[in-house]
Amino acid sequence: MKMVKIAISAALLALAATAAQAESTLRIGLAEDPDILDPTLARTYVGRIVFASICDKLFDIDEHLNVVPQLALSHETSSDGKTVTIKLRPNVTFQDDEKFDAAAAKFSLERHMTMTGSFRKPELAAVDHVDVVDPLTIKIVLKHPYAPLIAQLTDRSGMMVSPKAAKAEGDKFGLHPVCAGPYKFVERVPQDRIVVEKYAGYWNAKNVFIDKIIYLPIVDATVRLANLKSGGLDLIERVLATDIKAVRADKNLRLATALELGYQGMDINVGKGEESKGPLGRSAKVREALNLAIDRKALTQVVFNGEFVPGDQWVSPQHPYYQKKFPVPERNVAKAKALMKEAGITGRVPVDFMVPSGAETQAVAEVIQAMAAEVGIDMKIRVTEFATSLKKAEAGEYQAYLLAWSGRTDPDGNLYSFHKCKAPLNYTGYCNPDVDKLLDESRIPSDPKARMAIYEKVTQKLLTDHPILYLYHRRILIAHTARLTGYKQMPDGLVRVIGLKLK
Amino acid sequence: MTDTALDVPLAVEAAVESPTARAWRRLMRRKAAIFGLFVIALFIVVALLAPLIVPYDPIRQSWSAVRRAPSWAHIFGTDDVGRDVFSRVIYGSRASLFAGVISVGIALSVGVPLGLLAGYRGGFIDALLSRITDAMLACPFIILAIALAAFLGPSLGNAMIAIGITTTPIFIRLTRGQVMSVKVEEYIEAARAVGNPRWRIAIVHILPNILPALLVQATLSIAAAIIAEAALSYLGLGQQPPYPSWGSMLNAAQRFLTSAPWMAVWPGLAIFLSVLSFNLVGDGLRDALDPRER
Amino acid sequence: MLKYIGKRLLQLIPTLFFVSVLIFSLQHLMPGDPATVMAGEEQDPVAIEQIRKQYHLDQPIVVQYVYWVKGVVSGDLGESMRNKEAVLPLILQKLPVTMQLAAMAIVIALTIGISAGVISAVKKNTVWDYAANVFALWGISTPNFWLGIMLIFLFSVQLGWLPTSGYVPLRENWQASLASTIMPAFVLGNAIAAILMRHTRSAMLQVLESDYVRTARAKGLLERRIIIKHALRNALTPVITLGALEFGTLLSGAVLTEQIFTIPGFGKLIVDSVFNRDYAVVQGVVLVTATIFIILNLLADVAYHLVNPRLRATL
Repeated sequence: MKMVKIAISAALLALAATAAQAESTLRIGLAEDPDILDPTLARTYVGRIVFASICDKLFDIDEHLNVVPQLALSHETSSDGKTVTIKLRPNVTFQDDEKFDAAAAKFSLERHMTMTGSFRKPELAAVDHVDVVDPLTIKIVLKHPYAPLIAQLTDRSGMMVSPKAAKAEGDKFGLHPVCAGPYKFVERVPQDRIVVEKYAGYWNAKNVFIDKIIYLPIVDATVRLANLKSGGLDLIERVLATDIKAVRADKNLRLATALELGYQGMDINVGKGEESKGPLGRSAKVREALNLAIDRKALTQVVFNGEFVPGDQWVSPQHPYYQKKFPVPERNVAKAKALMKEAGITGRVPVDFMVPSGAETQAVAEVIQAMAAEVGIDMKIRVTEFATSLKKAEAGEYQAYLLAWSGRTDPDGNLYSFHKCKAPLNYTGYCNPDVDKLLDESRIPSDPKARMAIYEKVTQKLLTDHPILYLYHRRILIAHTARLTGYKQMPDGLVRVIGLKLK
Repeated sequence: MTDTALDVPLAVEAAVESPTARAWRRLMRRKAAIFGLFVIALFIVVALLAPLIVPYDPIRQSWSAVRRAPSWAHIFGTDDVGRDVFSRVIYGSRASLFAGVISVGIALSVGVPLGLLAGYRGGFIDALLSRITDAMLACPFIILAIALAAFLGPSLGNAMIAIGITTTPIFIRLTRGQVMSVKVEEYIEAARAVGNPRWRIAIVHILPNILPALLVQATLSIAAAIIAEAALSYLGLGQQPPYPSWGSMLNAAQRFLTSAPWMAVWPGLAIFLSVLSFNLVGDGLRDALDPRER
Repeated sequence: MLKYIGKRLLQLIPTLFFVSVLIFSLQHLMPGDPATVMAGEEQDPVAIEQIRKQYHLDQPIVVQYVYWVKGVVSGDLGESMRNKEAVLPLILQKLPVTMQLAAMAIVIALTIGISAGVISAVKKNTVWDYAANVFALWGISTPNFWLGIMLIFLFSVQLGWLPTSGYVPLRENWQASLASTIMPAFVLGNAIAAILMRHTRSAMLQVLESDYVRTARAKGLLERRIIIKHALRNALTPVITLGALEFGTLLSGAVLTEQIFTIPGFGKLIVDSVFNRDYAVVQGVVLVTATIFIILNLLADVAYHLVNPRLRATL
């Protein structure tokens, strides 16, 4: 009884406090309008930014990519690697005040695994079934050992949805998502705004200080920045690298950065249809020549004011899984020309270079074109609208394709599907049984050192065959007003809202 | 006109100039039109002689001089990958003027006859043509552009065709509306009463009366076409990088409006000047061809 | 007159049918599979196949069209594949925004365009004429994004008079709503004003030189009366045609301006949906804009007859 009294008076006090100081609202400018807000059906990077405030995951990552607990407290993998036992956090409720327990976790995982149109299926493909051990423990039984599992659970596959709401709404759940995150969904006007407000029953509510968050998709980067300057927004994502100087010079603004998990690269058609039969597709030497022709430092300097980081692998040089034995190559025109000669090339090599629409990618393509021309490779730029380019890439109607990957926490997400024979993202048509075997092996050990050893062999092969030329890694650039404190950028680019305060 | 010339007594014939010559003389009387002609001529000369004029290769990048403000070395500054903006504006005139003039030419040569037909004949043909025009106008430009880009493949010529096709309905509508208001005038009734054939009435009597509106629209459409070319090159149908057009230069400049404003100013100014000139010449022509004026 | 309008309204049905077939086939001619595009980075063949099935994309195009028409007849325009929103509410949500912006833009365009056109025709070959022309042509050759961003920097960032971007509905607060749309409306109206100005000027000149204006002058009528009562009235035909056309274009073509000012209207919706191959949304929006557009053209035709007394007899 006394407890209740205290709770009521505390609530009243809190009410009085909010009445006294106006409700605080954080306005976040997004670069695009997110797709559906259902963790099972969602696909976009920008959607993940919004999920960061409404849907907590079983695990999260810290700035060094270590897995840290969120809705789960711990995980333990059996010695044969085929079962993973996860302890859940007690006293957690969903935003409809339903209880989060082992049954709910099992429901969410199974929803990801079985729902029609679920994009989480490949991420959880290794899962055979999920058992409820006790109300706060689940056991995930795998078909075969699968090291990236826990990393998958730090992303959308680890997001827990309220079983009651999910059952009631079916595939429309994304129109009113109910999860176990710090903010609950209020409303969405497509292409205009998404509004969420603080959920009082959140397990970590004492670290949530802002009452309301409004996400506003503002496509034009210059306008996003203007909004931040005029006070219309408090935080914006994807600041242009070329605008950073202006942000740093403004004493009312702060910049938060981290190196991305993904990469920017160039797919080369090495095995898909007729287009792969040119000198570039046929000869690894010509590809190496192109690789050496590109001055990555100059490229990032020219197009991105040197803010982005040159790279040569599917993870950045700062990533724990980066293979230091294979450093980013320096430009070497003489060697490249020699390689061309070795490959038996006499004339100039024309390359059909497919470039998705976009001012920045176009500038990158133009610089690459100029660099390649010096070693005798004529990259013929063909600007292609993105949807068309995907189709053409799938059909092998290109010779080189400038493509970005937003990146996943586990390196497997940047690698496997791109190089495994006939895998969905393998646009290059690369097919190497040795690599396939190594890729499968790399998924087994949970010990990072053992995986590193396998990856070293993979790197050796891929950096010889060059189906993808890795170019650079973007810096995630977030700018916010000085009024906002407590913001820290993680490498996955998401905007985490715990601990944020508005002065 | 030739009919009347025959009736003129021989003695006076020397004093009567041909309609073309008279139009030219009248055009030359207008300072604004002369200015317009001069600028257009200048642009054409510049486009033709571009290789001789430009101080730099327009696609040559200089990575140590990226986004430099105008200076003596680069009088219009440099762009985002260190190319000379002046040289690119000069070379860009080729693609942009071409895109503007040819696509409007296509639209005029298809749209005006169809509009005349619809407006003058009326009835079923009018209904049919009007429905088709409505449907085309109601179809968003971008869908047509992407579908055409996929079909025709990327090239400047195809971009002109695409812009021409999408501009045509405007000329059909405009011509039709003008014809409808002109065809009830007394002199048309009169011409019909004397037994002139329909096509003759349409060409000899109606066309000159709707010409001013067409000239105005055509000169305006050139501006729209130059800007549309940029949108198409973005979708893969127009001029492909690294080759410049004014529109695509503006596209690239969008990210740097605050940090490198000169990237937008010069191609923008070039578009403005050429559009202004076409319009001034259009005005001059209008006056010069007006039969009621001396 | 009423009979004429009735007949024209009946024609709406075949036109809309034609438009829908045109859009439907053009959309399917665009390369790119909606399911693939939607999947984006998550290219999972199983999920993609399921989506294809769910939205009948595995059926022949004619069957897909029949599915769509069936839906339309029963008042269901389908749902967005991208975010599962039903298309009809989506359109109803954006229609007022688009209409408000287009109406404001066209009012601005008509005000500037007609008055500048009349002045420059009456004061032909004077400084007034040249100034009006330069202003108008500057308007048409300035890219919308440039003018838009400049306005934002001037009025929002520097002066702080107007909100940078975002839309406030009229119902919520009409002053704030006008403040949020005045800059984009000006950007759009400015470009159209140029077109209307040039046509007004040309048509005015034509009428001013015509016989009956000369007669009116000879009769000693006041110049101002001649200009307004006789000349302008007759000069309005092309302005009406183009006004209706441009209003139609504004409904779906204000993409860049909507994007710069973050106005959630049709333009942005169509372009995003085209890029995402969100077929149902494109179909739905085009159906609505086409209907409005065709009705506008009908009104334009009726207006010809009203301003031109001699045409009235032909109805």
